[in-house]
Amino acid sequence: MATNILMPALSPTMEEGTLAKWLVKEGDSVSSGDILAEIETDKAMMEFEAVDEGLIGKILVDEGTEGVKVNSPIAVLVEEGESADCAAAPVAAAPEIASVDKTQSSAAPEVPDAKAVMPVQVEPDWPDGTEFKSMTVREALNSAMAEEMRSDETVFVMGEEVAEYQGAYKITQGLLEEFGSKRVIDTPITEHGFAGIGVGAAWGGLKPIVEFMTFNFAMQAIDQIINSAAKTNYMSGGQLGCSIVFRGPNGAAARVAAQHSQDYAAWYAHVPGLKVAQPYSAADAKGLLKSAIRDPNPVIFLENEIIYGKSFDVPVLDDFTIPFGKARIWKEGDDVTIVSFGIGMSYALEAAEKLSDDGVSAEVIDLRTLRPLDYDTVISSVMKTNRCVTVEEGWPVASIGNHVSAVLMERAFDYLDAPVICCAGKDVPMPYAANLEKLALTSTDEVLEAVKQVTYR
Amino acid sequence: MATRKTRKKPNISPEELKHYYHDMLLIRRFEEKAGQLYGMGLIGGFCHLYIGQEAVVVGLEAAAEKGDKRITTYRDHGHMLACGMNPDGVMAELTGREGGYSKGKGGSMHMFSKDMHFYGGHGIVGANVPLGAGLAFADKYLGSDRVTFTYFGDGAANQGQVYETFNMAALWQLPVIFVIENNQYAMGTAQNRSTSTPDIHTRGQAFGIPGEAVDGMDVLAVKEAGQKAVDHCRSGRGPYILEVKTYRYRGHSMSDPAKYRTRQEVQKVREEKDAIEHVKDLLLAGKHASEGELKDIDKKIKEIIAKSAEFAKTSPEPNTSELFTDVYTAA
Repeated sequence: MATNILMPALSPTMEEGTLAKWLVKEGDSVSSGDILAEIETDKAMMEFEAVDEGLIGKILVDEGTEGVKVNSPIAVLVEEGESADCAAAPVAAAPEIASVDKTQSSAAPEVPDAKAVMPVQVEPDWPDGTEFKSMTVREALNSAMAEEMRSDETVFVMGEEVAEYQGAYKITQGLLEEFGSKRVIDTPITEHGFAGIGVGAAWGGLKPIVEFMTFNFAMQAIDQIINSAAKTNYMSGGQLGCSIVFRGPNGAAARVAAQHSQDYAAWYAHVPGLKVAQPYSAADAKGLLKSAIRDPNPVIFLENEIIYGKSFDVPVLDDFTIPFGKARIWKEGDDVTIVSFGIGMSYALEAAEKLSDDGVSAEVIDLRTLRPLDYDTVISSVMKTNRCVTVEEGWPVASIGNHVSAVLMERAFDYLDAPVICCAGKDVPMPYAANLEKLALTSTDEVLEAVKQVTYR
Repeated sequence: MATRKTRKKPNISPEELKHYYHDMLLIRRFEEKAGQLYGMGLIGGFCHLYIGQEAVVVGLEAAAEKGDKRITTYRDHGHMLACGMNPDGVMAELTGREGGYSKGKGGSMHMFSKDMHFYGGHGIVGANVPLGAGLAFADKYLGSDRVTFTYFGDGAANQGQVYETFNMAALWQLPVIFVIENNQYAMGTAQNRSTSTPDIHTRGQAFGIPGEAVDGMDVLAVKEAGQKAVDHCRSGRGPYILEVKTYRYRGHSMSDPAKYRTRQEVQKVREEKDAIEHVKDLLLAGKHASEGELKDIDKKIKEIIAKSAEFAKTSPEPNTSELFTDVYTAA
């Protein structure tokens, strides 16, 4: 049967090309792999190979012809003894690219209804009458891992110095003794490699907790975190979820300068497919880490060295978890909403206390998780206070505060009585000198100043 | 036509030879069809064909057992067909349709089948190497004796994470076979212009990983080497490196102008070393199959491919509601 040889698309962007040269003539016999012609695309001169075998019955487009549309017939291939005349009329068999239903395809990403914010029910994180025990954030994180490792054999910890050294920041202290070297694994200093091994192990049915000595070093591994862990479930049509936790200290420590003092909250919160938590209190650290380990998705768990040693009340409950996507209101108030997370909460809470002395009632919200982010709690608070200040230690450009501010503008514009002010780290690499380092971070004073501005005091 | 060297191995059953012939030809015809559909605009983006390298995956799959895992880079169509994935689903993924293995969301470079233990299909050169070691880590942790075939190219062999992985795989004795498909070109850069040592399999020596090179145009040799590697790994002796010397006939991707090598170089390999012709010769010379029988195999394969192309054209595009699914796994 005679078939048309069509002008091929030879690059992802080619729509037409020049048929530069024929390397066969009518009557030539060709087989798969033979070069038929040279075609100039939008990018380069390309050789065009035969796929089927047969005789060149007729050449329809002369060499040197420019602007030959992709998919238009350029020659007719016939079988031995067959005439080219019986070939189908030279009308390109247009590729049947299924037409997209316009009504469906125009469905935009879920844009939240501007006014449809449900009043937030503030559910307590634990039942009334729960007993508490004072615990440091370090102890809380350690106990979360130990509890999950006791209840699930597939949970293991890997990272630099997590086992025999007992953790560079002692978060994994004692785990080696209890769980052994099969489940508490010291890695070489190769973040890129062990992050990838962790992701593969998760696909293989395990629940790895990958500790980065600090998130600064996770820059070495960020390709595996984003391209492999975050995207593969989507790229596989839901077949390959990745139950893994990447955790470690994030943000500025003290006097360790630029390469060891970056806050990655906004970076990871940007990525669909990841979940991101950055707890402040020990109770949240414990409850969120337990949820993170159980989550079937990759979780970035951002801790902070400065608050590892800080003590908080932690509920004494057999199995205590905090769900992702639920902010915590630390203090209710009417005059201004202060939104923060992680170590930023220490400035937010201190500012709220001082404001209260001055007769300003601030509502303080701890986002706890940045992806998913509890927009509703923030919006309903702002609908009440009509003013908002965000607080974080990370850089000011494309920060979490910028995002919260944008969402408030889209969803609660009519409720805002002042522009949202974002208190953030300064737009500089972290300096080493003690005085400069202090200036580079945000501060309680900056939060107080911002509240003054939004309340026009 | 130049004379082909006979590389006959003893004790190969006619069925086994026919099986190799069938599977290699299936891959070649599939890829030719994919190239054609790309030319028609039905396949978009990047499309990397496996033509020329068929003996690598077919030989190694012959050494694999049920439950063994495999993971590769973006030149992945051959691996999927060789491990038994359905050509319809692979082709429909190439055209970005609902019937594709990733529901049309992955495309040529990102396809997976957990059922068939095929873990992708990865677009970042070298990234699949630690991932493969991680799969092997899980098997070892869970007490399974399955092994993981981790395929990558001579180009990927220069990525740093490959050596981070060699170190940990050797340190932890992971059951992973590192298969370096050396097709001699990292995209358009010849091996001698990109790689300091010609024998990549020796690079495991620094980590105590045994390695060997094998003629990747000879499916029987690949199978034999693969068997040795599998036995090594399955018996708990840790990783193994196989450098399979092969050759890609087509460009790096569909938009490769092929300025970095001559047409004659490609033609010479095709004529003297082609893996499919080699097995065909063995079948005919050994009188294991007649010309007619082989023609029947060809015909059946053409039907399978025609059907897959038809499926790939008619399977609908994914429903637009799929845009927001599979970002997360439900808890």
